[in-house]
Amino acid sequence: MSEFFESGIFGVTLTFVVYMGAGLLYRRYRWTLLHPVLLSITGIILILKILDIDYGSYNRGGQYISFFLKPAVVALGVPLYHQLQEIRRQKWAILISQLAGAVAGILLTLFFGWVFKMSQGTLLSMIPKSVTTPLALEISASIGGIPPLTVGMVLAVGLQGALFGVSWLRWTGIRDRAAAGLAMGAASHALGVARISEAGRVETAYAGLSMMFTGIVTAVLAPWVVGFL
Amino acid sequence: MIRSLSVIFGCLLAGEALVFFTGVPVPSSILGMLLLTALLSLGWIKVAWVKIFSDLIVRNLAFFFIPSGVAIMLFFDRIAQEWLPIMVTVVTGTFLVMTVVGWVYQWTRKKDE
Repeated sequence: MSEFFESGIFGVTLTFVVYMGAGLLYRRYRWTLLHPVLLSITGIILILKILDIDYGSYNRGGQYISFFLKPAVVALGVPLYHQLQEIRRQKWAILISQLAGAVAGILLTLFFGWVFKMSQGTLLSMIPKSVTTPLALEISASIGGIPPLTVGMVLAVGLQGALFGVSWLRWTGIRDRAAAGLAMGAASHALGVARISEAGRVETAYAGLSMMFTGIVTAVLAPWVVGFL
Repeated sequence: MIRSLSVIFGCLLAGEALVFFTGVPVPSSILGMLLLTALLSLGWIKVAWVKIFSDLIVRNLAFFFIPSGVAIMLFFDRIAQEWLPIMVTVVTGTFLVMTVVGWVYQWTRKKDE
């Protein structure tokens, strides 16, 4: 029986079917906690546990899907190009605020890593936690983090921003429409972008660009910071 | 389809080559992405050439990192041990980044005017 699950076909099919089901559920209820990524990951883990299949067997198929992550990241260059066309002014203000945000986020992570005596693997996995998942995975792997752990943290960060971000912006006096978009994109990646896009076009454009900038800035800063650890 | 894939894998390979030969510590895929953006901005590559594949993949981006996310099942022990520091860092970090980005941007804009 276990040989059956070890054919790559099982892992690939399971991922397709569960992801499709999660998407259908999410589109029907539109509830943040039913986010397709969260639902797919928990669903697949549950199925594997119930059927007593180990991750290695599942990943015989999973690895073919993961292979496309790198070209998928490259493909993000197309939306980035469109975003750069849309927002031509204030590039410096955007870049400065992104840099400040990324540095603050990384320093805070290092601080708590030191306070709690976090293990090296956990600490490194946390550094790209504000970055959109595909980019965060790549950064985590390149600095010696544990990519699956990073996925979990990135999801938590995104859910937090989607659920409480808008109230937090109001509370901290971030009222400028561009600033609100930038803040959500930088702190809570795609989930933040989706939430703030309900506010309007300006917010969406800035949030999308901000999400990409945060990924790029973190990719450049992270290895450099880790070099000092 | 084939042209679209050639351009995207071409950019990725260029990114890999850059990492291999110069040793820059930035992931090759992110360098490939920046290269693609640069080539589009310069007009050396037309959006139409990459559209088929990029639209398809960007719309379903989440699908490609599901297997990596499922691997979190191998790290449940570590999470059970370190859930508190993880939670504290996630919650404070997210609000901090949001505040810093929003404030710094509003402040820079005000100085501009």
